[in-house]
Amino acid sequence: MSKKVAFLQGNEAATYGALYAGCNFFAGYPITPSTEVAEVMAAELPKIGGKFIQMEDEIGAMAAILGASLAGSKVLTSTSGPGLSLKQELIGYGCIAEIPCVIYNVMRGGPSTGMPTGPSQSDVMSAKWGTHGDHPAICLTPASVQETYEEVIRAFNLSEKYRTPVMVMPDEIVAHMRERVVFPEPGEIEVVPRKAPTVSPDQYKPYDTSFGDVPPLAAFGSGYKFHVTGLNKAQDGFPTTKAELVQAEEERQVRKVDANVDDIVQFEEYQLADAEVVVVAYGSTSRSARYAVNVAREQGIKAGMFRIKTFWPFPDKQIKALAAKVKGFVIPEMNLGMCSLEIERNAQGKAPVLGIFRVDGEPINPDQILAKIKEVK
Amino acid sequence: MSRYELRFSGAGGQGLITAGIIMAKAASIYEGKQAVQSQSYGPEARGGASKSEVIISDGPIDYPKITQCDALLAMTQEAANKYSHDLKEGGVLLVDSDLVTTLPKGNFKTVAFPIINTAKNDVGREIVANIVALGAMVALTGQVTRENAEKAVLSSVPEAFLELNKKAFSIGYEKALAAANA
Repeated sequence: MSKKVAFLQGNEAATYGALYAGCNFFAGYPITPSTEVAEVMAAELPKIGGKFIQMEDEIGAMAAILGASLAGSKVLTSTSGPGLSLKQELIGYGCIAEIPCVIYNVMRGGPSTGMPTGPSQSDVMSAKWGTHGDHPAICLTPASVQETYEEVIRAFNLSEKYRTPVMVMPDEIVAHMRERVVFPEPGEIEVVPRKAPTVSPDQYKPYDTSFGDVPPLAAFGSGYKFHVTGLNKAQDGFPTTKAELVQAEEERQVRKVDANVDDIVQFEEYQLADAEVVVVAYGSTSRSARYAVNVAREQGIKAGMFRIKTFWPFPDKQIKALAAKVKGFVIPEMNLGMCSLEIERNAQGKAPVLGIFRVDGEPINPDQILAKIKEVK
Repeated sequence: MSRYELRFSGAGGQGLITAGIIMAKAASIYEGKQAVQSQSYGPEARGGASKSEVIISDGPIDYPKITQCDALLAMTQEAANKYSHDLKEGGVLLVDSDLVTTLPKGNFKTVAFPIINTAKNDVGREIVANIVALGAMVALTGQVTRENAEKAVLSSVPEAFLELNKKAFSIGYEKALAAANA
């Protein structure tokens, strides 16, 4: 049987990916270039008995999805730069209260209102450091429409598996371009359910670590004892200032991601086997990079690409290994050098890191990358 | 690998992004090729510069934007001036002859006819000027068959306007061939 195909925009594909993953609650506030997600959700969710709410602002939307998730829904919000800034306080709440949710943020020019219709990749640091305090961070950066569909499903899975907010951050080019999408059949891609409590409601504790680093989460209102707060909390969910408890809880929350990096981090290695120059790229910029690597190869230059699919946690181990054997890195990105800092941190001076930084609303073209590849001696 | 690059350019509100989407959909869904469509536009809803780019290939498409344009549609003088610089030698330029009065010079074939007035007078509704232009681009570029392009048009427009769009597409196709052979 031939599969269902459609010619879709990245944002539309993201929405259908969320629905495949079982998303049944969306709250948002429309903002270019992410509005299509809200548009499609408004049309689709009522058909499956889900809820769509346009909130009064981005903060309200973030609060709404946290509440809905605690009540047992699989939740999504979508936004772009300025909206992401507004959501940050409550993203931190989601991290400390350990509430599964997916935040889909389309990267446009910034800071502030910036360039609403122009592409950018300047929110990748905000994905990790935007909310204050130590916290786990997972951020996926898809590069095609099909991959956006699939990575949104993976974001829901990671969010449920590790009971933490997960971000998906396409740049405006990926979010707005259209390509053919082949839809998977139901059951073809794994959908991870939330870990449900196995104890009786009166014995339940929302942060019970006897079940491991990711405690089961009961739906609020389903009869289980429940308390939730943004304060540091004990296993029963009530606030505590006990030093050893606070320390252990903070460490556990971060460990959920740090101890599972190999399960979370995904990447693509392109022409890396004998590569002397490695372009490290993500999102739409990786498409220019692939083009440039192909042209470089035709000209006899041993170039390759390491494509980041999971930006956070960062693929430290893989970059360190590459740094030990290559002549240099080329990092094209639509910001003034964010990924480059991470590459420098991992390269530890073993290989030079050459950046191509563009914040003028125009994509980085293959010629620019090819010229930089040739600068690596 | 074959890579064919088209740009639909003009002013916001002329429907050029839609025209690009239908061209790409025809190639990707009906012709069995691969296609990517992208766009850029200003913050204005109408009136600002607008362009839609389509890459068609037999294989996977990496860079989704124009490197060297094979075919350019310019629906304003500004678009013609701004976007003809990267038109390939031997490429094709289609303009609305009422709106683009100073033709860009270069080693490419220029085809001109009054696209908006054709929509208004021959089809009966100015709003389908983008489909007239699409029909013309399909005829001039040969990247998708007339039948597949028509299927893509009909699957993209509201049901109440199928006949109108079919007519617009057909008239655009024929006018472009006549203008190209004139």
